[in-house]
Amino acid sequence: MIRFDRVTKRYEEGHDALREVSLDIARDELVFLTGHSGAGKSTLLRLVMLMDRPSRGKVLVDGRDLASVGSRGIPRHRRNIGVVFQNHQLLFDRNVFDNVALPLVIAGYDHREIGRRVRAALDKVGLLQRERALPVTLSGGEQQRVGIARSVVGRPRILLADEPTGNLDPALSAEIMQLFEDFNQVGVTVLIASHDLALISRLQHRIITLRDGRLLGAAA
Amino acid sequence: MKGAAAAPRREGASASRTRLRDHYRAWRDHHSLSAADSLRRVLDSPASSLLTWLAIGIALALPVALGVALENARVVSGSWDSPARISLFLAPAVDDGTAASLHARLAARGDVAEASLVSREAALAEFAELSGFDDVLANLDDNPLPHLVLVTPATGVAPDALQAELAALDTVDQAVLDMAWVQRLNSLMDLGRRLVWALAGVLVFGVVLILGNTIRLAIESRREEIVIVKLVGGSNAFVRRPFLYTGLWYGVGGGAIAALLVLCALWYLDEPVSRLAQLYQSDFHLVGIGLIGSLQLVLLGGGLGLAGAWLAVSRHLGAIEPR
Repeated sequence: MIRFDRVTKRYEEGHDALREVSLDIARDELVFLTGHSGAGKSTLLRLVMLMDRPSRGKVLVDGRDLASVGSRGIPRHRRNIGVVFQNHQLLFDRNVFDNVALPLVIAGYDHREIGRRVRAALDKVGLLQRERALPVTLSGGEQQRVGIARSVVGRPRILLADEPTGNLDPALSAEIMQLFEDFNQVGVTVLIASHDLALISRLQHRIITLRDGRLLGAAA
Repeated sequence: MKGAAAAPRREGASASRTRLRDHYRAWRDHHSLSAADSLRRVLDSPASSLLTWLAIGIALALPVALGVALENARVVSGSWDSPARISLFLAPAVDDGTAASLHARLAARGDVAEASLVSREAALAEFAELSGFDDVLANLDDNPLPHLVLVTPATGVAPDALQAELAALDTVDQAVLDMAWVQRLNSLMDLGRRLVWALAGVLVFGVVLILGNTIRLAIESRREEIVIVKLVGGSNAFVRRPFLYTGLWYGVGGGAIAALLVLCALWYLDEPVSRLAQLYQSDFHLVGIGLIGSLQLVLLGGGLGLAGAWLAVSRHLGAIEPR
């Protein structure tokens, strides 16, 4: 589903964020991406999202070489990928419902379909009662769950998460990870960048470790 | 566990294959949504929106008001319906009887609207009265003035052709076509029109810049939102749309204010102008821009708003990308 073929990303200031990274993530797989900060986790996710382009090598998503996706194709590419951010990236002047509905509005769904899907997604993350609330009135964990609902509401085939439990306590973190596992159970490819080794090593999934932009090894 | 996440795994790709009709409906829906949302945002900050509207309104009203003034001047000058008058100075030898018969012949012509005879005696008396030289003139042996016939060409008759024909008559010494003042007035009006157009051009450019800057600020204040929308797959057109509508609303409001200002100015000036016209035995009233003109002004404002928004959006939106 996601394939990196000897990918190098060098930033303009000469720093190599990724060096010759090759990896393959299968459909229906849940993979953790770990490494110290600055190891290249975020860069890797950014390449999948087309927020950046590799300096060398190829990135393939769903069999498609991303080099063939022009800047006009980027929005469509992103609509097929759900993303969860550490800092949630919510619209603070819109309520929970509108935040979650955003990808569907962009994709042009009918408002009844939007209502149905948004409520289903909110129900899944346990926030159905808070759909009219503004994000500022929510706790950090709740905001993150709004972000997760938004990332899955469009039923993407790939879900990326960048430090989704970064600011949460262990119990909440485990809850969030459980959500990702549920999505994976129903066929979504999930890639989670996290440095919370204690948490992710307890879950039985493949862990990819980056160090200074290089792939260390992949263990099941 | 029902829910979005549960049911529909495999149809992620089919979501992007929504039919053309659905695309059109979605596109239309987002337009009305953007229009309403932009209008709400404009109305949510009434004070600053009003200032923008006023700035645009004044900038548009100024050239329009000058244009209206010019149009009225044209109407007034057109109502002086003797734009061309030919003065026939008869030969000194022509006596009273010949002058009278020439006058009668001219007055009967189809291409002459009016002919009036000013006899040399009458001319002298008038001159004496106007100049105050009556003592001096009384001492003259001879009346130096010729008979004069004033001829107004009928409408549709070329005054210079008539002038040439009348000048060829034996009894006529000189035929003077009194058009210099009409030409001067016309040149002045021409100059005025050009000035109004130049001013309009500059101010329209100014309006586009004002709007461009207003939209730029709106874009800046919503930078985070733009980033998020782009992250979850919003296209440039999707992001652009609300800002174009914001520009449209500012422009339409500015156009309406401009129409209102012109209307107020006309209302304020109409009474004194009519009074002045009455003193000249005219029932002239100021001509306004009318309903159609007002609507055109509003449309023009809207168009300029869109142009300004487009300018700002194309310059600034591309630079905002998720980092």
